[in-house]
Amino acid sequence: MSRELFRFKGGVHPPEHKAESNSRPIHAAPLPKQLVIPLRQHIGNPAKPVVNVGERVLKGQLIGAADGTISAAVHASSSGTVVAIEPRTVPHASGLPDTCIVIDTDGRDEWIAHEPLDYRALPATDLRMKLRDMGLAGLGGAVFPSAVKLDPGPAQACPTLILNGGECEPWITCDDVLMRHHADEILQGAAIMRHLLGSTEILVGIEANKPEAIAAMEAAAANLDFTVEVVAVPSIYPGGGAKQMIETLTGRQVPSGKLSTDIGIQVFNVGTAYALARAVHHGEPMISRLVTVTGHVLRPQNFEVLIGTPMQTLIELAGDRDGTTGILMGGPMMGVPMPNPGVPVVKATNCILVQSRELFPPLPKPLPCIRCTRCADACPAELQPQELFRFAKAGDFGRAQEYHLFDCIECGCCSYVCPSHLPLVDFYRYAKSEIWARERDKRAADLARERHEFRLFRQEREKAEKAAKLAAKAAAKRAELAEGGARPEPAGAAQADGAPAEASDADAKKALIAAALARAQAKKADAAPKNVDRLTPEQQREIEEIEARRAKIRELARKPLATEEDA
Amino acid sequence: MLTAIGVMVLLAIVIGTVLGWSAIRFRVEGNPLAEKIDAILPQTQCGQCGFPGCKPYAEAIAKGEADINQCPPGGEDGVKKLAELLGVEPKPLDETHGAPKPKSVAFIDEQTCIGCTLCIQACPVDAIVGAAKQMHTIIASECTGCELCLPPCPVDCISMVPIAEDLPHWKWKHPVIELKQVA
Amino acid sequence: MTSPTLHGNDSVTRIMAWVLAALVPGVVAYVWLFGPGILVTLAIATATAVAAEAAMLKARGYPAKPFLLDLSAVVTAWLLALSLPALAPWWLIVVGTLAAIVVAKQLYGGLGQNIFNPAMVGYAVLIVSFPAQMTHWPGPLELTHAQLTLAQSAAVIFGGEVPRATLDAVTMATPLDTLRTGLLQQFTVDEVMRQPVFGRFGGVGFEWLAFAFWLGGLVLWARRIIDWRVPMAFLLGIWLAAGLLHFYDAGRFGSPWFHFFTPSVALAAFFIATDPVSGATTPRGKLIFGFGAGVLTIAIRTWGGFPDGVAFAILLMNLAAPLIDQYTQPRVYGEARAGKETRP
Repeated sequence: MSRELFRFKGGVHPPEHKAESNSRPIHAAPLPKQLVIPLRQHIGNPAKPVVNVGERVLKGQLIGAADGTISAAVHASSSGTVVAIEPRTVPHASGLPDTCIVIDTDGRDEWIAHEPLDYRALPATDLRMKLRDMGLAGLGGAVFPSAVKLDPGPAQACPTLILNGGECEPWITCDDVLMRHHADEILQGAAIMRHLLGSTEILVGIEANKPEAIAAMEAAAANLDFTVEVVAVPSIYPGGGAKQMIETLTGRQVPSGKLSTDIGIQVFNVGTAYALARAVHHGEPMISRLVTVTGHVLRPQNFEVLIGTPMQTLIELAGDRDGTTGILMGGPMMGVPMPNPGVPVVKATNCILVQSRELFPPLPKPLPCIRCTRCADACPAELQPQELFRFAKAGDFGRAQEYHLFDCIECGCCSYVCPSHLPLVDFYRYAKSEIWARERDKRAADLARERHEFRLFRQEREKAEKAAKLAAKAAAKRAELAEGGARPEPAGAAQADGAPAEASDADAKKALIAAALARAQAKKADAAPKNVDRLTPEQQREIEEIEARRAKIRELARKPLATEEDA
Repeated sequence: MLTAIGVMVLLAIVIGTVLGWSAIRFRVEGNPLAEKIDAILPQTQCGQCGFPGCKPYAEAIAKGEADINQCPPGGEDGVKKLAELLGVEPKPLDETHGAPKPKSVAFIDEQTCIGCTLCIQACPVDAIVGAAKQMHTIIASECTGCELCLPPCPVDCISMVPIAEDLPHWKWKHPVIELKQVA
Repeated sequence: MTSPTLHGNDSVTRIMAWVLAALVPGVVAYVWLFGPGILVTLAIATATAVAAEAAMLKARGYPAKPFLLDLSAVVTAWLLALSLPALAPWWLIVVGTLAAIVVAKQLYGGLGQNIFNPAMVGYAVLIVSFPAQMTHWPGPLELTHAQLTLAQSAAVIFGGEVPRATLDAVTMATPLDTLRTGLLQQFTVDEVMRQPVFGRFGGVGFEWLAFAFWLGGLVLWARRIIDWRVPMAFLLGIWLAAGLLHFYDAGRFGSPWFHFFTPSVALAAFFIATDPVSGATTPRGKLIFGFGAGVLTIAIRTWGGFPDGVAFAILLMNLAAPLIDQYTQPRVYGEARAGKETRP
C-alpha cells in the first residue's frame, strides 16, 4: 500500500449508491423459458451462426463462430432447441434489431462435454484461438475480444498487468461482489494472463470505497506463488476507466491513438479474469456473467445470469415496483437506455438500473453554454468540452476532430457538472457517428470513382483495340488488293458471301431476343404485381409521370453511347 | 516631391518583383478546382446533372458552365459544400434535375431476368455481374444507386431497394435543445 | 439526453446568485462610506435590466421565465450600477443598462452569445457619450462630513431640486481623477498624493470599498465560482505595469499600490474580467486574458483620455479572447508533453 499514486486530471464525485446492492449474496437467476442470444455482443465482426433452426443444442455448445481475428464466439447458455435465427431487438441505444439465435430451453440444462485446458502446455497462439472460440470478451463494458488483448504483440512481453476493480460508476457492484466471493479464481485468471503476456508486475486497482473487496483480494494474493499488489485507489469517477486506472497506478498516460500495450501495460476487468479462469480451469465458455440489478426495485442485488436472459425476468426477481420510468444498461453516468425491458442480457450487461422519478428526476431545461469551463476542469481526457460542443452543434466536424474529439471517452463528467444542463455527451456521440458515416460515404465515393474511371479506361482500350484490329484488316485488304488486283472476283465474291451470312446471323440473334422477350413477358405476366389493374386516376397519372421521367433518363443515358459510336 | 516619387517608384518595383517571383514560385499545376469539386460530388455517376458522370460535371462547374445545384444525390448538403468551396451563396436544388431520394441499391429479380447484358453495359461502375443468357446480379456494396440500369432493362426486372438502417450503420441523432419552447 | 442521467447540483442561477451574494459586502461598504445613493442606482439598473431582458426575449421569441430566473441580467445591472457614479442621473443609468442588455447582450444572441461584457459596454457607451454626468461621484463621508439621506439621493438622481450647495458638499473628484488632473498640471505624484483625498493605500474611503470587493471576490474563489487565474493575472498585470512605470519615474507615475486598491480594479479582477462568456476559456488563455487586461488598464489610465481604463481594457481583451483561445489550446490526455515523452 506504500505505492505512490498519481492523480489523473478532472473527474467528479457523484453519489455512490453502492450499499443498496452489495450486501446481498449472489443468487443464480433461474433458467428462463427462452434465451435470445445476439451474435454481435463484442467489438469487431459479429459471430457467424453455425447451428440451424430446429437443431437441439447443449449448454456451452458453440452456436456462433468467431469471424476473423477481432471477434469472439457465441455459445448456447443452456440446452434446448434453436427456434429462430432472426433479427430481434438488442440492448443498444438505437433500439434496432440485430441477428439473434433464439433458443427454447428444455429445463435440463445439459452440458456439452467440456474439459479443462492445460494452459502451460499449449502454445500461446493456440491458447488464444481457444479463448476466442470460448467467446471471451472484456466484461468491463467495452467487450473487446480478450484473445486479442492477451497478445503482447511484437514486443513479446507486456511488463505490467493491471486488474481493474475500480468500478467507479455509481450503483454498480458486480465487480465488488465478485471480488468478495471469488478472489481466488480472479487471481487464477491473472496467473493465466501473466503467462500469456509475460508480465512481471501485477497490480490490482480497487477504489477505496470497497474495503471488503480489497481485504478479500489481499487475502487471496497472499496464497500465490507470484507477487500481486492490491492497491486501494481514490474513489473518483471515472477512476475505473482503463486509461485513468493506468495513470493512477503508474503515472503514465496512454499516448493518444495508441494502445496501452505500446507502453507495456495491459488492463483487464476483474470479471474478465474470473471468466478466463472458468474457461481454462473448467472448460466453460462465456455463457453467464454477474449482473447488478438495482435502482427502483425492492431487493437490489447481484445475479449470476445466463447470457440471453430477458432483463424483465431479472427485474421481476429483484422485485419490480410501480413508477418505473426507464431501464438503463450500465450505470447512470455511461449507461444506455433500453428500448424495452424484454431485451436480453449480453456480455456487456454489468448492471440493469431501473429508473424512477424519485431516483432520477428529470433534468431542468438546458440553457445556452456560458463557457464557464467547469466541463474542462472535470474532463479526465483533458479536452475543452465547451469548444467540442460548439463545433459539434454547428456541424463543424473538422474542427471538432482537430480539438481531439476522438480522445473523448464519453464518461459524462462534462454533462454532470454543466450548469446549463447541456447534453454534451450526446453531441459528441452525434459528431463521432456523423464523422464515421462521412468517412464511410467518402470511401464508397472513392471506390465508385475508381471503378467508373476504370470503366472509362476499359472502354477506351476496347475501342482502341477494335480500331487497331480494323486498321490491320484494312491494311491487309489493301495489301491484298494491291497484290492481286487482277483477281478482284474472289474478293468480291467473298464479300458477297460474307454479308448475307452476317445478316442472317443478326437476324437469328434478333429472333432469339424476341423469343426471350416473349418468354419473359409471359413470366412477368405471372409475376406481375396484383394491384395494378384497378388504379385510381391519380395513381395512373403518377405512373405515367414516372414513365416519362424514365424515358428522359433513357434519352440521357443514350447520348453518351451515341457519341461513342460516332467517334 | 522628387523623393516621394522616388519612394513610390521604388516601392512599386519591389512589390512587383515579389509578386512576380511568388507567381512563379508558388504556381499550382493542373486544375485543382475541378478535382476538389469532384471530391465533393457523391460519385453516383448517375448523369442526372446532365453530364455523363461526376467528373465532367465537376469540370463544367469549374469552368463556370454548370450551376452547383444540379446534383440530387449530393442533396442540399452537397450544394452547401460546393458553395463553400467556390465562395458563392448556396441555393436550393434545381428540381428539373430530380429530387433527392433515400440511398438505395438496385436489385435484380432473378426470376424475370433474361440475361440480355444491357444493364451491364449501362452500369457506370461495373457493379453488375453476369454474361449473355446468364442471370445477372448486382454487387450491392459497389452499387451507387444511380438507376441507370433501370431504363435499358427490356423486362423491367430491376428495382431500387432503399438501404435500411441497421446496427453498424446507425447514427446518433443531433440532440435537440429546445430553448425556444413555449414555457 | 441519453447519458449521463445524473447531474451535479450546479446551475447558471446558482452561479449568478453567488456572484450577487459576493457583491453584497461591496454594496454595504458603499452605503457605509458614500451614503445610500447607490441603493437607488442599483434599483433603477435592476428594474431596467429585467424589463429590457423580458421585452427582448419576447421580441426574439424566447420564453422569458428561464432566462430571467438565471439572474444574469441582474448581475449585469449590478456590475454596471457599481461602476457608475452613485449620484448619476436616472436616465444615465437607464441608457447604460439598455445599452448593456439590449445591444451588448440580446442583439448578440442573448445569454452565452455576447462577445463583449455587457456591463462594460454600458459603461463605455456612457463615458463616451456623457462624460460630464459620469463625474457625479459622492465623496467619502470621512471627507465630506455631509450625508445625503436616501430620499435626498433619490431626489438628486431623479433630477429633483436639490440645493446646489448641498450637492457640491457631497460630490468630489475621485482619487483617480485627482491624480490625473494633478499630473496634467505638471505636479509630481508626491505633490498630488498629499491631497486629503488620498488615504493609506488608495483614496480615502475608496480603499475600503476595494477591500469589500476583494472580500466578495475571495468568497467566489473559495466557492470555486470563479477561476483563480483571471483575477491573479489581472492584478499581476496591474501591479507589474504600474510598478515598472513607477520604478521608471516615481514623479510621473502613481504607485502600484494606489492602482491596486482602486475599487474598479477590485471589481474588475473578481467580477468583470471573470465573466466566462466574454473571456478566454483555456487555462493559459485565462492568464493571458487577465494579464493583458491589467496592463491595458494601466496603459489607458496613464496615457488615455478617460479617467479609468478598466472598461476599455476588458472590452479590448474580449475582442482578443477567441484568438487567445485558439493559440493556447492545452495538451490533451495522452498527447506528448512539450519537450518530453509521457512520464517514464
